[in-house]
Amino acid sequence: MSILVYIENIEGAFKKSAFEAISYAKAIGELTQQEVQALSIGQVDESELNKVGKYGVGKVIRVNTDKLSQFQNQAYAAVIADVAKQVGATSIILSNSFSGKGLAPRVAAKLEAALIDGALELPTISGSSWEFRKSVFSSKAIATVETSAATKVITLNPNTFEAKEADTPISVEDFQPSVQDKDFSTIIKDIVRATDKVALPEASIVVSAGRGMKGPENWGMIEELAEILGAATACSKPVSDAGWRPHAEHVGQTGLAVSPNLYIAIGISGAIQHLAGVSSSKTIVVINKDPEAPFFKVADYGIVGDAFDVVPRLIEALKLKKG
Amino acid sequence: MMKILVCISQVPDTTSKITFMDNNTAFNTAGIQFIINPYDEIALSKAVELAEGGQGNVTVIHVGEAASDATIRKALAIGADEAVRVDAVPRDAWFVANQIANYAKEQSFDLILTGRESIDYNGVQVGSYIAELLGIPSIAIAKKIEINGTEATIDREIEGGKEVLSVSLPIVIGAAEGVAEPKIPNMRGIMGARSKPLQVISPIDVPVLSTIKQYESPAPRGAVKLIEPDNVAQLVELLHSEAKVI
Repeated sequence: MSILVYIENIEGAFKKSAFEAISYAKAIGELTQQEVQALSIGQVDESELNKVGKYGVGKVIRVNTDKLSQFQNQAYAAVIADVAKQVGATSIILSNSFSGKGLAPRVAAKLEAALIDGALELPTISGSSWEFRKSVFSSKAIATVETSAATKVITLNPNTFEAKEADTPISVEDFQPSVQDKDFSTIIKDIVRATDKVALPEASIVVSAGRGMKGPENWGMIEELAEILGAATACSKPVSDAGWRPHAEHVGQTGLAVSPNLYIAIGISGAIQHLAGVSSSKTIVVINKDPEAPFFKVADYGIVGDAFDVVPRLIEALKLKKG
Repeated sequence: MMKILVCISQVPDTTSKITFMDNNTAFNTAGIQFIINPYDEIALSKAVELAEGGQGNVTVIHVGEAASDATIRKALAIGADEAVRVDAVPRDAWFVANQIANYAKEQSFDLILTGRESIDYNGVQVGSYIAELLGIPSIAIAKKIEINGTEATIDREIEGGKEVLSVSLPIVIGAAEGVAEPKIPNMRGIMGARSKPLQVISPIDVPVLSTIKQYESPAPRGAVKLIEPDNVAQLVELLHSEAKVI
């Protein structure tokens, strides 16, 4: 019995969510007195692999063959399941990222494992029974999921478990997985990624704006505010429906659910569908000229005022603070 | 002709207030209006679009009891040609996926569509499970789907962008926003839906791997602290020293 954490790289670099997964795996290892090993698939430099040790996991299994250099959903799932079997891992941990969401069910089915998706915190363990909390009904509620399955696949929601540094020397072991040709089913034709911007799903701070901005031409100040804060930008459904912003920025019940440390809502009234996607944010700031906007009811801090007046002032105040 | 299967779940209307009963162990469905899961509706709309003009045949499949027939008829009204209901309570994603895979394995569908996730349990599991059970490729979250003969070109959602993939059919794809405009059933569709075939089949046994023991509502927040619009510096200070988020 041991724990295997799959650490996802993006163009050879591990993101914050990977370190959160490592810290989470390490914490479960301490709870259950099991050894933790990290699995990296694809091309990752030695210096980047060393970062795994910085978060307290010393054993790294590296799979880096030519065919596996880029993400392949089926093949990566096969590798993760194969490695888990080889090392006798009974808890397999992944980030609940876009790729992780596609991998986890396939890995779970291969291992006949229970799948716990979007874990919010460490499990409560009593004997063979593990209980996890996860968001349901698009964050309108939290469910406690129990499993006594011998093997478990667990995906950790980004921004819910803090990555903790704990320097550990690492040893890297190369592994040759058995993957069938049929698992290489997709051909990547193009990857389009805005590398200069913070990705919304794992952003610690999100600046989100709604119809109160009156039109897409007014998003300059939203982007400026986001840049100063190192934040990702987001929007409400009417805004993405109107084509002012891309669908990928739509936060809410039928968009993305986010749980940043700070969510700043500007010119968004706070319909129940929008609130569902953001209510697990740690701190919520609402800027709206309508004092009756429902969003104020779930906000920690509020400013009743015109966004076109308040946002530029906020940008100035932040610049002043930063010096 | 392309054979398309669309997996449909029914979920509480997005405006629903979610409450629980039996000591917070079960979802309280009293007064809840059920709708087709919004992402499944996008998947279905895409399927109907692809099948237009005799290019394909669309089957919808749903795991649920007879009470969900109204949801299935709505899917038929939107434009599916036929429907299958697996007569069982949809216990969890693993159960549902096994039922659908068990039906699909005899049918040789070219394309199986799901919504990216259901807005009740938000698992993002059923599609990938079905694909694994059938041994075919899957894309869990697609922003754009184009089919050309036996080849699919898909924009897969990734953090901060997209990956453009080319895959040969058959495949399972989870549809996200942007894949298709949701179709609204017209009167002809609604009338026609009544006479379209709805086959009811029995479930297979699937082992239980996990169960929901308890529900809770998110902890309420304290009262909002209002800050004067001409004193945004105070907000910056509070975010720094009180909330400690900047």
